[in-house]
Amino acid sequence: MPKNPNIKKVVVIGSGPIVIGQAAEFDYAGTQACRALKEEGIYVILINSNPATIMTDKNIADQVYIEPLTPEIVKKVIVQEKPDSILPTLGGQAALNIAMELEESGFLRQHNVRLIGTSAKTIKKAEDRDEFKKTMEKIGEPIAPSKVVTNVEDGLEFVKTIGYPAVLRPAYTLGGSGGGIAANEEEFVEILENGLRLSRVGQVLVERCIAGWKEIEYEVMRDANGTGICVCNMENLDPVGVHTGDSIVVAPSQTLADKEYQMLRSSALNIISELNITGGCNVQFALHPTSFEYCVIEVNPRVSRSSALASKATGYPIAKVSAKIALGYHLDEIKNAITGKTYASFEPALDYCVVKIPRLPFDKFIKASRKLTTQMKATGEVMSICTNFEGALMKAIRSLEQHVNSLFYENLDELPTEEIHEELNRVDDRRIFVIAEAIRRGITLREIHEITKIDLWFLDKIENIVKMEKRLAEEPMTKELMKEAKRLEFPDEVIAQITGRTKEEIHDKRLEYGIIPAYKMVDTCAAEFEASTPYYYSCYDGESEVDATRTRKKVLVLGSGPIRIGQGIEFDYCSVHSTWTLSECGYETIIVNNNPETVSTDFDIADKLYFEPLTAEDVEAIVNLEKPDGAVVQFGGQTAIKLTEDLLKMGVPIFGTSAENVDAAEDRELFDEILEQCCIPRAAGKTVFTCEEALEAANELGYPVLVRPSYVLGGQGMQIAINDEDIVEFMEIINRTVQEHPILVDKYLMGKEVEVDAVCDGEDILIPGIMEHVERAGIHSGDSISVYPARSLSPKIIRVLEDYTKKLATSLHVIGLINIQFIVYQDEVYVIEVNPRSSRTVPYISKVTGIPIVDLASKVIIGEKIRDLGYTPGLQKESEYFAVKMPVFSFEKLRGAEISLGPEMKSTGECLGIAKDFNEALYKAFLGNGVDLPKHKKMVLTVKDSDKLEAVEIGRRFAALGYEIYSTRRTCKTLNEHGVPAKYINKVEKESPNLLDLILSHEIDLVIDTPAQGIEKSKDGFIIRRHAIETGVTVLTSLDTANALLTSLEKADKEHLTLVDICKL
Amino acid sequence: MKAFLILEDGHVFEGKSVGSTEEIISEIVFNTSMTGYLEVLTDPSYAGQAVCMTYPLIGNYGICFEDMEADRPWQSGFIAREIATLASNFRNQETLVDFLVTNHITGIEGIDTRALTKILREKGTMRGMITTNENYSLEEVIPKLKAYEIGDVVRLTTCKEIEHYPGDGYKVAVIDLGAKKNIIRELTNRGCEVTVYPSYTKAETILADQPDGIMLTNGPGDPKTNVEVIEEIKKLFATKIPIFAICLGHQLLALANGADTEKMKYGHRGANHPVKDMKTGKVYISTQNHGYVVKESTIDRDIAEVSFINVNDGTVEGVHYLGKNVQTVQFHPEACAGPHDTNYLFDEFMNMMEVSK
Repeated sequence: MPKNPNIKKVVVIGSGPIVIGQAAEFDYAGTQACRALKEEGIYVILINSNPATIMTDKNIADQVYIEPLTPEIVKKVIVQEKPDSILPTLGGQAALNIAMELEESGFLRQHNVRLIGTSAKTIKKAEDRDEFKKTMEKIGEPIAPSKVVTNVEDGLEFVKTIGYPAVLRPAYTLGGSGGGIAANEEEFVEILENGLRLSRVGQVLVERCIAGWKEIEYEVMRDANGTGICVCNMENLDPVGVHTGDSIVVAPSQTLADKEYQMLRSSALNIISELNITGGCNVQFALHPTSFEYCVIEVNPRVSRSSALASKATGYPIAKVSAKIALGYHLDEIKNAITGKTYASFEPALDYCVVKIPRLPFDKFIKASRKLTTQMKATGEVMSICTNFEGALMKAIRSLEQHVNSLFYENLDELPTEEIHEELNRVDDRRIFVIAEAIRRGITLREIHEITKIDLWFLDKIENIVKMEKRLAEEPMTKELMKEAKRLEFPDEVIAQITGRTKEEIHDKRLEYGIIPAYKMVDTCAAEFEASTPYYYSCYDGESEVDATRTRKKVLVLGSGPIRIGQGIEFDYCSVHSTWTLSECGYETIIVNNNPETVSTDFDIADKLYFEPLTAEDVEAIVNLEKPDGAVVQFGGQTAIKLTEDLLKMGVPIFGTSAENVDAAEDRELFDEILEQCCIPRAAGKTVFTCEEALEAANELGYPVLVRPSYVLGGQGMQIAINDEDIVEFMEIINRTVQEHPILVDKYLMGKEVEVDAVCDGEDILIPGIMEHVERAGIHSGDSISVYPARSLSPKIIRVLEDYTKKLATSLHVIGLINIQFIVYQDEVYVIEVNPRSSRTVPYISKVTGIPIVDLASKVIIGEKIRDLGYTPGLQKESEYFAVKMPVFSFEKLRGAEISLGPEMKSTGECLGIAKDFNEALYKAFLGNGVDLPKHKKMVLTVKDSDKLEAVEIGRRFAALGYEIYSTRRTCKTLNEHGVPAKYINKVEKESPNLLDLILSHEIDLVIDTPAQGIEKSKDGFIIRRHAIETGVTVLTSLDTANALLTSLEKADKEHLTLVDICKL
Repeated sequence: MKAFLILEDGHVFEGKSVGSTEEIISEIVFNTSMTGYLEVLTDPSYAGQAVCMTYPLIGNYGICFEDMEADRPWQSGFIAREIATLASNFRNQETLVDFLVTNHITGIEGIDTRALTKILREKGTMRGMITTNENYSLEEVIPKLKAYEIGDVVRLTTCKEIEHYPGDGYKVAVIDLGAKKNIIRELTNRGCEVTVYPSYTKAETILADQPDGIMLTNGPGDPKTNVEVIEEIKKLFATKIPIFAICLGHQLLALANGADTEKMKYGHRGANHPVKDMKTGKVYISTQNHGYVVKESTIDRDIAEVSFINVNDGTVEGVHYLGKNVQTVQFHPEACAGPHDTNYLFDEFMNMMEVSK
């Protein structure tokens, strides 16, 4: 059937801020879907609170509302815009939940809005545990014995029938949030209580544990005519028990015979047919390893992280096809965009092996538990493609950028064999390396399999890699050996390490042997049909298919790799925009990236896509083949910047700021010289390498001091030290990884932080706006609430900021983007740091000012001038809107992680509040972050001594809002002495009822707890904060944030929130 | 040991010998199924052909004898990028390598199968040789390749005598043109009493047994070489007995009714081919293995209508004979390897027999 002519105006709901379990994949899906809708002439209205996304750009939708994703706001948009349809299947769980609420309340019917994509009935059947179970029973699809419970007693009753361990899954939550495996009653009660609280409908599924079974996923599609196809199946290397988002995943499945493959495929199609799904759907199975017994684990009636992976793994654009199906098309009416000849009603055939590895945030959260469970913890992932599994695994490992480029891991080789044996029982992100070490120690594959339940096939492949390590160590180097090592994707550097040569020697030897990678195409059809889409991967056992075109000037755009804390979706935004602009300017664009969740790795963004690791060796091979006229590194975050020097060695000119100048901004001494020349003050500081030097520097500068490594992202390893003890601990942590660059120790100034992004063409600069942070200096800029335009700066300070920005940009010879962070301290402006590249705030400031700075910067780096682009240089006129960027955290997903904010970045995403009135903007930003207060009007306020007086004012204002305040001894005393009513509550270590009981009563709206500076000695605060976070309570650790929240609660007119269409700014 | 794959256009691929080292000449085709290499190896329709698997990792789950589609592999040769040394599956009985050795199948691995596939896609199916002789001479080999003809492979693959499978349901006569076992399994699973006849059996013999339905199976080679079989099929078609035909059977029935078949450039071989039911518009994913196809323009519209088409290239995938209880399909509803989506056609065959009773 062709397009339904009654669908003309569609509201698309996005997925909101990036959190663990709901990340960039929804920007990819949403962007692709919106483009597909517009292609069909549909008028698209988008709602998404996340300003860092590509989907919230003017050119993606006709109207864009970067507003909190709440049912109320979506209702407002519907009332105002009168759409005929709403599409919720592209915005993850968040969008689906909102749509369900609007449907169930009758709102959609009332306003004549149809739910397209998938019906409410279908969503309910798939998402509601009870309904799902009934449906599966009806069609005879097996599921693990389970029961939905709404209270702890029923849970305990049921668990008696299935025994421990038992699995718990809350209904309607993100990434398995609040779920887990309970080994005993105590754990069971804890997880269950938490899960009940986190579930939107207060339901938790308790089920028989099937840990150790094979975990297999099918990505299936269905149209309204009942045609169903399977896009891809995937096998988790990690058996059931580890969330699929945290598992190493391979596509297609490797250890399933056709019988099992087809059995599960038929089951998946059977299920989507019964659920009457129209669009994409993900079905997860557990397959018994030694029989045909299987269980359906879960069905997601929408696009998902897995569908993004499946799309990139096969070339089949699931989101695009889903959007077209939502409009009424049948699969056989939708062209396969990759071949341009065949149709969407077929199943991709792969002729390569795909491996996905999650990017886990334990480098940021050293204290968090690394154990992998059914609760997802990864912030992002990498994907790699190769003609063999070993190669794909090796490529994926080095794509992670975690200082590991082979199966050798840190100091595992120093552990005694018994300990390695013991380590095999530990299910964490290091398991693959432990397995390799176990094989090196001669532990048999069978034994490893018994412990880990990982299929022998995978273990055998890991053994192949270990065998190659051994051959390289023992045999003389020959062409054949080198060729085989490269076929398994051993990087030159690793071959060098093993053979005791230098990387350069191996590199040269390899070229002498004529061993270079070949590039093969991802074409959805295993070469059966000619494909026109240049989407490539490398391998060392074949001939190259790349057509090294040479018609236009070529530019290489280096992507930003996996999403991690500190380097998120914003860099993909920048890479994609830069690619689009350079393409408009007549360049042939080539993207290199390895992140399957992103828009940049969609097959139709650049002229050519290389799905490859972003290491010097991998990039060099592409450079040698494509011979680009230049490379762009300033938009791909630290991942791309790090390659600058190597690119120069390869003879590739860098478009924009030169490498020396990038260096000058990072190199303390060079940078100090520039500051001196410009007469710009900065906090006093020193560079050190050893702990002794650090202590000396700190004492000379006087505490508190800021300690951090240079050349890092997101303030990684950055800490405020208040005494010698702190220095010793921080230096030990920093020096765990070998530091190529010195460590910086600076005097810490507690002033107001201000941030500027600017474009510089070598002569002129353009500053779209000045952003001011709500939190005082000391909290990482990515974790601070950022306000544009700055509200508290005098015209004089603003002039100084503009002047300093211009001076710094021109003295650093910046061509393109520059980001500068300042501190305004006692009416004086100091520079904290300068980044001659795009920053986290670029998408945000572009959207709220309407100035497309990535586009401008992209033009500037190829030689255009700001004046010729229609802009007057200097600081641009302030917008009449206030825009507040609010950091969003995923602490509840990371058991044991310290949530208090400091100079090291911890947020995973952000949302925006925008309004003409500052208080409203602030309120919306909190709302977008899920802070919807008041509820029970009870709160906890406990602060460190130095904050006690400030806390009085805060307490007074909360009390005035009707809040009942609970405080521990000293805070309570101070509050009462100043006439603020506060109730005394025992500290956690004291007898009940204490603070913990209060939090677990589930009646607390808010916890304000400011931790002591430096390394907190008391465990009390940590326990309070963790419990509060895990039970879904809002926790603030900075009084500045608390003040802002108060202001928004006091002054915003919550009943009359306004809507702002970004396209009209 | 080194092995070489030499194509008739002069392309040579160097790889590693696997299985038998005996030199073979055959047609070279590719199959895009990602699972089911054993079913492909043992499918009699591949007689006279060497199959290149486009999925690079083959042999991962070893050999489960019960999944074989015939008692022995029928391929002349087997071509893969990488064959697993360790096979992992709970039903695994031996490795693929051992299976190739035991069954004397000449194989080659370690070649760029994608490059080979592209050549076959662009130039069409070719003849080729797999040899371990490093001193081959192209001048000698190529004329040999050009002279190779598949020949009467139906005669080769069909059963040597009548086979009988008891059942208390419909009595089905299966004309074995090189049948896959699963066709017979699908029938016996539905309770049918099945009699399998060699391809050269006279129609009179079959009709004398009074079957409720006739099943024409898949099989290898050029359909037009089966001149005698076609004559017998004409006689079967003239009766009122319901007929269900698959693949070669479908082609022979078309030829028997005056339509023509032609050789395709590189055929359809895989488990992902979309076929559209012309009545409902619904698309099914099917297993296919054919190098010839019924020419749509030669179908007499007074006798038959096209019931299925291939969504990719619009070719004929099924024919319904007007006013007759006769259904034929080019694809493989019996799957193995491949999707079970069109398995319902066997149920329809049961209905056809029920109706005509």
